[in-house]
Amino acid sequence: MRRTALNSVHRALGAKMVEFGGWEMPVQYSGILSEHMVVRQSVGVFDIGHMGKIEIRGPQAAQLTDFVTTNAVPKLKTGQAHYTGLLYEHGGFVDDILVHKVAGDNFFLCVNAANQDKDFEHIRARNRFEATVELTSDHYSQIAIQGPQARATLQKLTPVDLSAIKYYWFTDGEVAGVPARIAHTGYTGEDGFEIYFPPAESERIWARVLEAGAEFGIKPCGLGARNTLRLEARMVLYGHEIDASISPLEADLAWIVKLDKGEFVGREAVLRQKEAGVRRKLTGFEMTGRPIARDGYEVQVNGVAAGWVTSGSPAPALNKNIGLCYLPVELARPGLAIQVIVRGQPADAMTVETPFYKRAK
Amino acid sequence: MYPENFRYTKEHEWVLMEGGIGTIGITDHAQQELGDIVYVDLPKPGTRVEQGRSMGSVESVKAVSDIYSPVSGEVAEINPALADAPEKLNEDPHGAAWLVKIKLSAPGELPDLMSAADYQAYIGAEK
Repeated sequence: MRRTALNSVHRALGAKMVEFGGWEMPVQYSGILSEHMVVRQSVGVFDIGHMGKIEIRGPQAAQLTDFVTTNAVPKLKTGQAHYTGLLYEHGGFVDDILVHKVAGDNFFLCVNAANQDKDFEHIRARNRFEATVELTSDHYSQIAIQGPQARATLQKLTPVDLSAIKYYWFTDGEVAGVPARIAHTGYTGEDGFEIYFPPAESERIWARVLEAGAEFGIKPCGLGARNTLRLEARMVLYGHEIDASISPLEADLAWIVKLDKGEFVGREAVLRQKEAGVRRKLTGFEMTGRPIARDGYEVQVNGVAAGWVTSGSPAPALNKNIGLCYLPVELARPGLAIQVIVRGQPADAMTVETPFYKRAK
Repeated sequence: MYPENFRYTKEHEWVLMEGGIGTIGITDHAQQELGDIVYVDLPKPGTRVEQGRSMGSVESVKAVSDIYSPVSGEVAEINPALADAPEKLNEDPHGAAWLVKIKLSAPGELPDLMSAADYQAYIGAEK
């Protein structure tokens, strides 16, 4: 199992460690509920050093990046990032990733931990451009500082004016005297930042962040809270809502697919699917009673199998049990009574509008 | 930590015998492993349960786990406090947050279960 540079820090903090995508990661420290709530109400810090990094450089770096991803790279300004898809030719997801435009000839990709080797091979195999592709995950530690007090916490440690970094923009600066890429991004549905820096400095930066956030009651948060936070905000997770068999149209991610931008891997398949219409669509639901839907549970409509739960969990900030599921497209609308088969028993649920949680701006 | 007068299962339940009635719960180790408990599904009074068979479930934020009955018999009583306050299982798993009381039909099964010392050795080895 691979370990991040902060592994011994997590153990010292008494974290419960689990295997995730080939990495040994903290799933929780004090408890998922309290970690979830501290991010909604104040600030939490996550070690996400397991995330993969791929760097595309060269005169045609933009062309290659645009060719292998679904969003429009030419629209990105230097210092801007966007969420995008990496598709197979057949239109299914290789991964969902963030692309950061560092310079006209330099793109920095943040990808899912478990997918990084696959992503790297996928991009390299399609590189017919004057560009180099490098898997540089080992060069970076990555931590996320998330919550309404994330900016106030991080601002104490950097001369960079964080209020000047717009949402989904980034800046190369310093954190605690260490060169760091500071991105106004996150996976929690709250305001926050993700920072990238050399692994050797990890323990010191982690300690400084905890110190800076102490007055706000900052807590270290694990993958458990990261999952419940992203689910409330209806952000998808590879291996759950999306995988090689799911297209962006089914996952309700048409907004990251720019079909008019020119040729890219998977374009024709998605175009065909758009013309023919998709058969299933990702839909949110709330459980009516106490039972909790879990990943993989069957969904029925009027007693007939109709789909499956991709993610299901209690929603700590909403005091409800929520989930996402695939349903036939004609049923994929809010206000439909469905049943989730919980341990062999049908449990009532209702499809709802998403996101489940939206922060006050 | 682990009361001497309880008997324990490999699936991390405990039973305390008083007369012919066994009070059943989950162990402190179990609640720690589960994390924040948000829902407990218990059998109704009168339900017949069998040793080693699932009789309900405990759900944490992260996952659902079966509750395996340590003994065979009939459910005499369930803990009414847990429906509205499942988090009690994280706070007092060996006391106030007992799950069910079972009228034993096969007291001969009890020696199958572990002593406190054996259970502690067992969870020590599991780690």
